[in-house]
Amino acid sequence: MAKDILKIEKLERIFRVGSEDVHALRGISFTITEGEFVSIMGTSGSGKSTLLNILGCLDTPSAGDYIIDGVSIKSLNNNELSTLRNRKIGFVFQNYNLLARTTAIENVELPLFYNSDIPAKERRDRAIEALKLVGLEKRMEHMPNQLSGGQQQRVAIARALVNDPVIVLADEATGNLDTRTSYEIMSLFQDLHEKGKTIAFVTHEPDIATFTTRKIKLRDGQIIEDEPIETQSAMAALQAIDAQKEDTI
Amino acid sequence: MNIGNLIKIAFNSLFRNKMRTALTMLGIIIGIASVIAMVSIGQASTQSVKGQLSSMGSNMIMIMPARQHRGGVDMGMSSSKSLDNKDLESLRKGTQYVAAVSPNVSTSKQLIYGNNNHSCSISGVAPSYLDIRKYGLKEGAMFTDDDVKRYNKVCVVGQTVVESLFTNGENPIGKTVRFGSIPMTIIGVLESKGQNGMGDDQDDIVLAPYTTIQKRFLGITYFNMMFASATSEEESELAATEITYILRANHGIKGTDDDDFEIRTQEELVSTMSSISKTMTVLLAAIASISLIVGGIGIMNIMYVTVTERTKEIGLRMAVGAHKRDIKMQFLCESVILSLIGGLVGIIFGLIISFLASKLLNMPYVVSESAIIISFLVCAMTGIFFGWYPAKKAANMDPISALRYE
Repeated sequence: MAKDILKIEKLERIFRVGSEDVHALRGISFTITEGEFVSIMGTSGSGKSTLLNILGCLDTPSAGDYIIDGVSIKSLNNNELSTLRNRKIGFVFQNYNLLARTTAIENVELPLFYNSDIPAKERRDRAIEALKLVGLEKRMEHMPNQLSGGQQQRVAIARALVNDPVIVLADEATGNLDTRTSYEIMSLFQDLHEKGKTIAFVTHEPDIATFTTRKIKLRDGQIIEDEPIETQSAMAALQAIDAQKEDTI
Repeated sequence: MNIGNLIKIAFNSLFRNKMRTALTMLGIIIGIASVIAMVSIGQASTQSVKGQLSSMGSNMIMIMPARQHRGGVDMGMSSSKSLDNKDLESLRKGTQYVAAVSPNVSTSKQLIYGNNNHSCSISGVAPSYLDIRKYGLKEGAMFTDDDVKRYNKVCVVGQTVVESLFTNGENPIGKTVRFGSIPMTIIGVLESKGQNGMGDDQDDIVLAPYTTIQKRFLGITYFNMMFASATSEEESELAATEITYILRANHGIKGTDDDDFEIRTQEELVSTMSSISKTMTVLLAAIASISLIVGGIGIMNIMYVTVTERTKEIGLRMAVGAHKRDIKMQFLCESVILSLIGGLVGIIFGLIISFLASKLLNMPYVVSESAIIISFLVCAMTGIFFGWYPAKKAANMDPISALRYE
């Protein structure tokens, strides 16, 4: 049986806005096992961002427990959470969040800078390895502004992979891209999934969710749907678009 | 994150905004340069004041007979005849802090050589007078104790005297000049000393053995005054006390009776002058350091702007595992580098400015090591002090809202 990567139990998150308590998450539980490609769906206000922040150890739950790779984050302080993020989590953001005027390879190296166990030589080697994985080995010395949106997101994905995380958390990773590039990125995620990566993908687009293996749907801070789905091939979708284009021409 | 990486990151981000970095540094550069220049100019002027005073003989002590009153009438300065050979002998032998003593008897005569004549004051002194008053010999020799003993008719003259008597460029050494009716032989010429602080020509003098003046010119046995030099500037006061004690004993003055002589030292004047110029130095440095504070505030301002501008970067760094401390160190490092480079450039500019000023104002060029070290430390402190709050602000950001910041 596959190992549990993360497990949340009766997770609650309450924000205090003025004198009112806002329940962003109302006691949700699920487990993600190794090698899963999970999409977390929901409209805005459904609590999916809050959930992602907690899964990413950027925020802590008000109640309930969260165990990532066997570590309960309840008792951890800020620095311990930082170290946990550094070693176990890879982030991919909607707007890439690359450092400007910094080469692709330096951007990818960034998480390893904060891990003093890794010497400079290994840092560089691992960054090159990660860039090869996303197919950008020829663009290593390019600055972000010399790269297309899709390429920038690939750099960001390489950065998420460089520390060999137990889970990659993607937050609307295709939100800023056109359909074709979105499918390319999803195809890359599917490749990574095939290589055994565990991925949680937050999105509000239903067609993007069809490329994953399991769908968790949130509404008003509660899970309303959690089931495995029939996975579509992103590569096939890509080819379909190209075929359609040729027809119209 | 190790310190090498921190410094690299700091340099990268400073290079990204070259203009802004340069302008921020300019504040520190001006501050440090003005502190260095002011301190160095101040110290140079202290030195040059001291130098001027000691060229007059900074450890010189003047001993004058007291004013005499005759029938209620003040007879003027140095009117008594209290100083004589006995005093000279006891000051030469019985003192510890007095390096040299010379009596002084003066008269005024018309000097005649060929068709030229020149009126000036003639001082009868001992050979040690040259040392006491810091006169140098340009040519020839000073008269000796033997000349003093034999009342020899020899003299040493100043440059002004030479110029007015020997108009056709003759060598004055060995020439005989008539002093009124008395012929005297010139055996030496003094080095030119120029004007003193009061504008008097120090080269318009004739020195002769005091015995010659006493016996051949004036027919007296007392001295008009005496000059002495202390063993060092600091010991002037001790020497003056010693002289007072000996002269009182010689003159048989008891208890609380008034001295029949007056003693003046140069040391008092020197210390007053140099304390004035030290105060000026401190004042100038204080004014200059205000610009350093302004420069520091400039750094703080820019660091705040930088932190706000890079909120997203801070959020990202935190998301990928930077601790608060890493973020704080990153921004502190940046502000310290900013101020240290500014400081280095400022020190260089300060040295250049003080060098130019010393050339322009004709003063010695003084490099104040302490000012350089202190201003370098002040720079580092400025970087830390004015970088601390912006860095703390960066470190205390919430990663979630920092990531969302637009």
